[in-house]
Amino acid sequence: MDYPSNVKLIRIPCTGRVDALHLMKAFEEGMDGVCVAGCLEGECHFLTGNLRAKKRVEYVKKVLSTLGINPERLQMYNLSAAMGAKFVEIASEVTDKIRAIGPSPVKTGRGREFAEEQKEGEES
Amino acid sequence: MITAEIKPIEEILEIIEPYDKIILAGCKECVAVCAAGGEKEVQFLASALRTARKSNGREVEIREVTLQRQCDPEYVEQIRDFAGDYQAILSIACGVGVQYMAEHYTIPAVPGLNTAFMGGAVQQGVWSEKCQGCGNCVLHLTGGICPITRCSKSLLNGPCGGSSNGKCEVNPEIECGWQLIIDRLKLLGEFESRYAELFPIKDWSTSRDGGLRKIVREDLKQ
Repeated sequence: MDYPSNVKLIRIPCTGRVDALHLMKAFEEGMDGVCVAGCLEGECHFLTGNLRAKKRVEYVKKVLSTLGINPERLQMYNLSAAMGAKFVEIASEVTDKIRAIGPSPVKTGRGREFAEEQKEGEES
Repeated sequence: MITAEIKPIEEILEIIEPYDKIILAGCKECVAVCAAGGEKEVQFLASALRTARKSNGREVEIREVTLQRQCDPEYVEQIRDFAGDYQAILSIACGVGVQYMAEHYTIPAVPGLNTAFMGGAVQQGVWSEKCQGCGNCVLHLTGGICPITRCSKSLLNGPCGGSSNGKCEVNPEIECGWQLIIDRLKLLGEFESRYAELFPIKDWSTSRDGGLRKIVREDLKQ
C-alpha cells in the first residue's frame, strides 16, 4: 500500500491534541494543505478528542477564508488505525484535491484566492 | 471579568495595513480568561496575520508579547526597550489596555478586540453580562441578582408587562431579570419584606453621568 510521497505525517496522541495554532502554523509555513485524520466518531479513546478537533478544524477553516485562503485546503477525515487501505485512499484524494487548488498563496504571494462572495457564487 | 471578542480578521488586516513591523500585545488577565487576548490568542492571531500578509506578497514582522496586565503602567512599561523598533502596537487587551499603550508610547496603538461587557462564564465558551458598573450597588436588596443588568429595561421596580413565563419580551431567550429576583427572594424568605418595598428613584450620578469616573484612595495614593 503506497500513499503519495508528498504527504508528511505528523503523529499525535489523539486529534484532541490538535490546536488551531498547529493548523495555522502549517499554512503560515507554506503548506499547500493539511488533513487531520482522527478516529471514527464515537470511538475516541478519550471520548471526545476527535469531536473537539472537528470544531477546531471548522474554526480554522472559517479563519482561512477570511485570510483569503481556500478553506478546502484543510480537511478532516475519520477512520480507525486498522483502516490502512482507507488511509491510502484518503491521502490520494486529499492530494488530488489540493493539487487541483494549486500551490499555497503563502508561497506564491499571489494574494487572495478565496473570498466569501466567491463561495456564495459557487453555492448558487 | 471584562469580556471581549476578536475583531473580524479582515478588519484587523485593514487596521495594520500601513505597517510592516508591529508588536502584537496580549494580556494575561480578563481577556485571556475569555479566550480573546491571552498568550494563545496572540500566537494564533500573529500566525494568521503573517499568513495573510505573506499570501499578499507583503510580509509583516510581528513581535509577540503577552503582558501580565495592560491596565497598569508598570507592566505596560515592559515593552519600552523594543517599542521604538516597531511602527505600531496591535493590542488585544480590552479597550483599557489599548489606551494605556497609546498613552505610554508615541507609536500608534490599535485595537484587535471589541470590548464587550463585565460578566462571567456560563459554560466553556459562553460568557454572559452580570454588571453594568452603575456605581451604586443594590444587590443586597434584590437577592444577589442585578436588576440594572438582568432586566433589559434596567427597571428597579419590576417586572414590566413584557415578562411572560419568566422570559423577556426583548428576546425570548433572555430570562426576565425580575422573575429571577422574585424567585430568589422567595427562596431566601425575603419576598414579603423586600418586594413590597418600592425602590426610590435611583441616583444615576455614580453611573454614566458627569463624564470620566475616577476612584481615589487617599490611603494608598503616593
